[in-house]
Amino acid sequence: MKSYLNNLHKAFENRTRLGVMSALAVNESVSFNELRELLGVTDGNLASHLKALEKEQFIEVQKSFIGRKPNTSYMITKAGKKAFAEHLDALEKLIKEQSK
Amino acid sequence: MDKDKATAEKNYSQDIFEIRSMMEKSSRFMALSGLSGVLAGVYALIAAYISYQIFYFSDEIIYESLAYQKLSGNVIKLLLVAVATLVMAVGTGFLLSYRRAKKNDQKMWDATARRMLINFGIPLATGGIFVLIMFFKGAIGLLAPATLIFYGLALVNGSKYTYSDIRQLGLLEILLGLASCYFIGYGLLFWTIGFGVLHIIYGAVMYFKYER
Repeated sequence: MKSYLNNLHKAFENRTRLGVMSALAVNESVSFNELRELLGVTDGNLASHLKALEKEQFIEVQKSFIGRKPNTSYMITKAGKKAFAEHLDALEKLIKEQSK
Repeated sequence: MDKDKATAEKNYSQDIFEIRSMMEKSSRFMALSGLSGVLAGVYALIAAYISYQIFYFSDEIIYESLAYQKLSGNVIKLLLVAVATLVMAVGTGFLLSYRRAKKNDQKMWDATARRMLINFGIPLATGGIFVLIMFFKGAIGLLAPATLIFYGLALVNGSKYTYSDIRQLGLLEILLGLASCYFIGYGLLFWTIGFGVLHIIYGAVMYFKYER
């Protein structure tokens, strides 16, 4: 077992979660609706993945109001940034290894 | 075993591809239409030709009439041409970008579009107000260069949120504007190159690169 494989986070093994982390990595904050548009997933599906990422403390939630409408935005945390970067590095190494 | 390895590898590559495209899609406005750039350039060329006619076939010295804060008929005509060109160019840009967004199943008015427009708008509005003030103070020698410079700055600023080709276009517009400051009196020529020729070139490049 190669050591870098430990950096492949279980939390990111799913497409939706990878998508969420990618979008949050390059934006200050992204709203729930924007994430849903970007990823093309259902409300329930997205909500459950966001919950899971939140539990890992990789993302944080910011609830606010735009006028009267509640607006939920998500931001990546320091821990999330670090974990996501490690995950990407591990992916890169894996691909390099395999294409040898 | 080897087959497993191959599928795993394909999955990881697919993951990386998804990540890249998501980063791109969520941070840059990708519906900007190159074709509308070409059309805007064409409008500018036509407008330049009309302006040239207005100037060329009148023996009135535009500078003098303005120094007295008198708007002559020709100045009004020129302003009308300028405003009509602007409205048509912006309208075409909106329309074609909207069509492209629809075709690609994107939303036209999302966070990326907003961000691009705000960042593009700040230098542009500043330049617009600055130019208007210059105009009413009668300092019109540097009007054309100023519009080019501010437009270039606006493009450079907005380019962070859309195709990076726009950045290059902006830098060229700035250079043209600065050159035009030096060669006062050739404003219309620089204007024609900046708003006409460059738009057509860059619009065409972007059209072939992204829309075909």
